[in-house]
Amino acid sequence: MPQPNPHAPTPGKSAIALHSSSLACLFLLAYLSASQALFAQEKNPYAGDLKIAKLGEYQFRLNCAFCHGLGARGGGRGPDLTRPQKRHGNSDAEVFHNIHDGIPGTAMPAATNGGIGVGMSDEEIWQVVTYLRSAQLKAPAKPEGNAAHGKELFNGAAGCSTCHMMEGKGGRLGPDLTSVGASRSTEYLVESLRNPSRRLAQGIFEAMKEFPQEYESVSVVTADGTKLSGVVLNEDQFTLQMLDTREQLHLFDKDKLRSFEKRRESAMPAYNQKTLSDKDLQDLIAYLQSTGAQ
Amino acid sequence: MKRSPAVEKLKSRFLSRKGRGFGMTVSRAAATILQASVICAGLASVASAQVAAQRLLDSAKEPQNWLMYSGDYAGRRYSTLDQINTKNVATMVPKWAYQTMAGGKFETTPLVVDGVLYATGADDRAFALDARSGRPIWQYQRALPPDIRPCCGRVNRGFAILGDKVFLGTLDAHVIALDTKTGNIVWDVEAAEHTKGYSITLAPLVIKNLVLIGVSGGEYGIRGFIDAYDAATGARKWRFYTVPAPGEPGHETWEGDSWKIGGAPAWITGTYDRATNTTFWTTGNPSPSNRGEGRAGDNLYSNSLLALDPDTGKLKWYFQFTKHDEHDYDATQVPVLVDDGDRHLIVQANRNGFFYVIDRISGKLLSATPYGRVTWSNSKDASGVPIERKEASPTLTGVPVCPGALGATNWFSPTYDPQTKLFYVSAREQCDIFSTAPQPYEAGHAFYGSAYFPNDDAQPFWGAVRAIDPATSQIKWELKHLSPSWSGVLSTAGGLVFTGDAEGNFMALDAATGKILWHFQCGASVYASPMTYAIDGKQYVAIAAGSTLFTFGLP
Repeated sequence: MPQPNPHAPTPGKSAIALHSSSLACLFLLAYLSASQALFAQEKNPYAGDLKIAKLGEYQFRLNCAFCHGLGARGGGRGPDLTRPQKRHGNSDAEVFHNIHDGIPGTAMPAATNGGIGVGMSDEEIWQVVTYLRSAQLKAPAKPEGNAAHGKELFNGAAGCSTCHMMEGKGGRLGPDLTSVGASRSTEYLVESLRNPSRRLAQGIFEAMKEFPQEYESVSVVTADGTKLSGVVLNEDQFTLQMLDTREQLHLFDKDKLRSFEKRRESAMPAYNQKTLSDKDLQDLIAYLQSTGAQ
Repeated sequence: MKRSPAVEKLKSRFLSRKGRGFGMTVSRAAATILQASVICAGLASVASAQVAAQRLLDSAKEPQNWLMYSGDYAGRRYSTLDQINTKNVATMVPKWAYQTMAGGKFETTPLVVDGVLYATGADDRAFALDARSGRPIWQYQRALPPDIRPCCGRVNRGFAILGDKVFLGTLDAHVIALDTKTGNIVWDVEAAEHTKGYSITLAPLVIKNLVLIGVSGGEYGIRGFIDAYDAATGARKWRFYTVPAPGEPGHETWEGDSWKIGGAPAWITGTYDRATNTTFWTTGNPSPSNRGEGRAGDNLYSNSLLALDPDTGKLKWYFQFTKHDEHDYDATQVPVLVDDGDRHLIVQANRNGFFYVIDRISGKLLSATPYGRVTWSNSKDASGVPIERKEASPTLTGVPVCPGALGATNWFSPTYDPQTKLFYVSAREQCDIFSTAPQPYEAGHAFYGSAYFPNDDAQPFWGAVRAIDPATSQIKWELKHLSPSWSGVLSTAGGLVFTGDAEGNFMALDAATGKILWHFQCGASVYASPMTYAIDGKQYVAIAAGSTLFTFGLP
């Protein structure tokens, strides 16, 4: 059952005279028609139609590429959609539903007016679903690495769990990585390990935030001379919310700080061949990709 | 999931209470009170409840009221109220808040007339409040059809007022008049078919007995226009199409039949020069916005400033800011009238990143100077108009261009302060990658032929309030925002500039230096322009943020 649209128009002045029982009837009718619409949405009417897929590609550019990137390979905010295993459902009906109604708890908006782009019709959503199927990687990207060894590395020698969580265990200084393997392309994951500062983690999981947390590094000197460094949780013109390297939360008024310096450099070390061999890297990625897909 | 009848009943009861029942009771009560007060106060009170056209012309004589979208016909968003000033603004406190309970962006600028505040909200709701306390006098909500096409949110920016009526453009492209005392509809006319992509979001402008209004729909391949309606009856007096038909001057700037879906919507309120009886309106992008293929030519009068005769709608002159636009650089920023000695100017910080100074008598461009990062143009034509760099034209794979698709500024208002002689604007530093997406036109469907997205490697976006001297086009100071703001700017004779930011702060700056003197966290990004008014000798400053209208004043 789709969530009621909070933007749905409410009755105008003409509805004054409506008795509450007739309003209840209206609700029932709305409920029935919504469920019928949902049943009608189970099957992609264009499945496998390459011409439609092309139209869908343009619709994708118009409405989706801003977050998911050209070619659906994942962008600043949105996950890679060419992966066969999608975190929020794989069937055509589920993908349609995710576009149509958005995904609660994520930055994914509903394709209603004022949501995605300029609003998409059901027909256009099906075009996009058809396109996504055509762009999906043919052979399932089966991780070649050893996930079990990757897990050992994550919690041990590579030191990832010092700052990152997987399934509720680990540190808080960096993003929770439980679902990153299901959302990001392999290339993105490799780059994030080899060159973490190239692009900071962006708020793919940050619901309702227009300007996502980016885990920028921060150093401050407080009024009493205490030096702290860590990551930014949030900030505005006047205040700063940060975690220090010991995961202590600090809340500051910026004008009370002796100094405040923010760097667009990741606090994460860059893992080169010496600190993480290609084989170990592959195992780590296999581990990341083994979790989080529901 | 099945809901129990009890739940449905509760819900319907709640809705009917929240919706109409409540409003009815209040408006009836208010009508009674108003009648009573009219009787008590006598004739003077009756007269002051009417906003005659002359009062709009003389708005400077009653700074306690805010009679139109930009505060005055010059579009300055400046107030001579100075009770709140640089010396005491640090003590300013919230006075009251009004919750619309609506989702989405809240872009309204309220009007205040003789103690009553009139404002609009998301989904074409509207309300009249006691401007002292925020208590509602009446509430209105339009029953919108489910198939409206608002490109960019179910927003509205405010009312215009004349006599005993307030005027509103709606998301289903109607123009309506409401009774100022009751909120009841007096007239309702359809300006265009909403199913073809037309909608209205701007506040109208009243000149004499006419209600002037434009349309949105540049993302749907509409043919833009500006209309004038008789304020008394709603009868349409004239229409100026912003895309010329065959046989009309300017038609030759469109390829083939592209003019029929040429866009050029007029979606921000215009200004008016009584000395020359000229109204100035600005227009948005040609359609499709980011793909020039198929509409070769300058595409008049997209992205233009139009000087119109308000009585007839006849075009006196035009100036096109961005020719054959391919970057969604709508010129829909309030064109501000500035008098500098015997120079009668229009100044505009355009979405395309240039600050334009134009002679408003002749329409001649005097200067165009970047006020932010600009890469779409690196040359000017013989008359000094910036022209597009060939390499900035969007391609299938995408090209990085500054400013980005949301512009170096956008629809939110700038302000001109005649005391400091400075023009203040919220500037956005955001570049995008522009790519094309060939797309056939289909009536009522999104039609912008393009995609834009942030560059992965780009530095984070940021913003700033910039103070520009129109005499030199130089930036005198700037106050940096952490991210690009969607807030307009207000200036006052108290030496203050008010603005908001995307992090939810509303703040007062020293108009001379840009120093922050006061701030308040509203709890939601600001997507509106501030205004100010006074009642019983007390000055208030108002801003919409989230679903709330806030007012502030001295303790």
